[in-house]
Amino acid sequence: MSTSSFSLSQRADEALRDNRFRIILKLLVWLAALYPLTALSTKILFDPLALGANPAETILRSTGDWTLRFLLLTLAITPLRRITSIGGLIRFRRLLGLFAFFYGLVHLGCYIAFDRYFVLSEITADIIKRPFITVGFAALVLMIPLALTSTRAAVMRLGGARWQDLHRLVYVVAILAVLHFWWLVKRDVTEPLIYAAILAALFAYRIIARVKKRSGRGSGFPSVR
Amino acid sequence: MPRFNDMPRIAPSDITPQGVWLNRRHLIAGAAALGGAGLIGGSAQAAQVIEPLKAATGFPAPSDPPSDKKLATTYNNYYEFGTSKSAPAMNAHRLTVRPWSVEISGEVSKPRTIGIEELLAFPLEERIYRFRCVEAWSMVVPWIGFEFNKLAALVEPTSRAKFVRFTTAERPSEMPGLGSPVLDWPYTEALRIDEAMHPLTLVTLGMYGETLPNQNGAPVRLVVPWKYGYKSAKSIVKIEFVEKQPVSSWTKAASHEYGFYSNVNPNVDHPRWSQKRERLLPALFASRETEMFNGYGAQVASLYAGMDLKVNH
Repeated sequence: MSTSSFSLSQRADEALRDNRFRIILKLLVWLAALYPLTALSTKILFDPLALGANPAETILRSTGDWTLRFLLLTLAITPLRRITSIGGLIRFRRLLGLFAFFYGLVHLGCYIAFDRYFVLSEITADIIKRPFITVGFAALVLMIPLALTSTRAAVMRLGGARWQDLHRLVYVVAILAVLHFWWLVKRDVTEPLIYAAILAALFAYRIIARVKKRSGRGSGFPSVR
Repeated sequence: MPRFNDMPRIAPSDITPQGVWLNRRHLIAGAAALGGAGLIGGSAQAAQVIEPLKAATGFPAPSDPPSDKKLATTYNNYYEFGTSKSAPAMNAHRLTVRPWSVEISGEVSKPRTIGIEELLAFPLEERIYRFRCVEAWSMVVPWIGFEFNKLAALVEPTSRAKFVRFTTAERPSEMPGLGSPVLDWPYTEALRIDEAMHPLTLVTLGMYGETLPNQNGAPVRLVVPWKYGYKSAKSIVKIEFVEKQPVSSWTKAASHEYGFYSNVNPNVDHPRWSQKRERLLPALFASRETEMFNGYGAQVASLYAGMDLKVNH
């Protein structure tokens, strides 16, 4: 059993190294990632009532949800490639992270337009006075340097270690993003709790791996390229 | 931008097209069939009771036309049926609204229990009110009912009656939302006696020319148009005249966010969001500036003369 799953993951890893296969897969990821936005835009333009009585709320919720989901997916790549031994999954991490940033920007844009009607004084007042907006805004601002240094050239320029230090900011971003959702809901925290639990699991995996490594029980993470 | 606001609107004259009046028996049969097919343990009696209501018209209406009936009956906060906006419309048919009676007690000379038929026999009036939710959205709803002070006159409040507390039905077998402890059930709300007796405060039995749909608080609810929506308790089973200021469910849940008065006030923000503007549903943009007392200041501002409304929010 273990041999066959090992060979399966090995085969998957090799497939991901095949340029043509990877390009097709990336195209599919692009299409899937853009689907929520396409669906929302189509409804806004042609069938607003399909978005319910409060279309702006639906759009804000949806773009916020997708920001969080892409953030968690990005953070799930490392555990996933350790667990499955499919090292090639790393090639999708940047794409997912950039989509998190993209949906975050759309989310902010919708808030500025629909909720605050472009009134700058109200927007700044919100950012200063309302903790859930403060943390949400901070999360997005902290994603800017990550998005800007997401190119291969930026990794070269910064050097791997410094680049990695900088990109650890994504943990802060994820915590702030979940907090943003948690503080927003009026009373029923079920949904934010689900995101928080997934994030906690992703953190726990990393912490356990690190502790194992320190205590010298093996190398912690199995080494994967 | 304006194109998003160009949504179909219902003209006041079309509020209740004859075609949508549903035969009560059909509706009960339909709901029972639905209950039998889809719900385990759902009461076969549970049903919406939708009947046309006769009501006098002529009360001054807001400048905006009434909201689309479908919006007002499918986008609701009624946590007893679930916390999402769509849950009440999906679950509320399980509420048995006949028979129904309201117990009126406390600091009154003639305490009594009043049946729904007797309430429906009051001379009814259509009141098209602005409705402003604390969540910064609003609608315009054509309610049908009568002034609360007429109900109070029946029981004769004593001089010790300083506040009125309203209690919503609590039926675990019919209300799936009661299983989650988001609020302290049963839901209670309260008004100061002069607020309750104000001619704008409406004992409400219908909307859009018909009896209330369950998700909107059937068979009898309160509507207090100058306060945030949650002050207008739904599916009322008990009305108590009391001496001390009661603590309502939302205030108990978060007193710094939901004060006793909860008057619509653009100058007092919810701690977590601004109340300066609102979205008149189904508009995409919150382009409307919220009015003090939801635009009913001329009628109600005097109730609060000399009070600091930031402290008494």
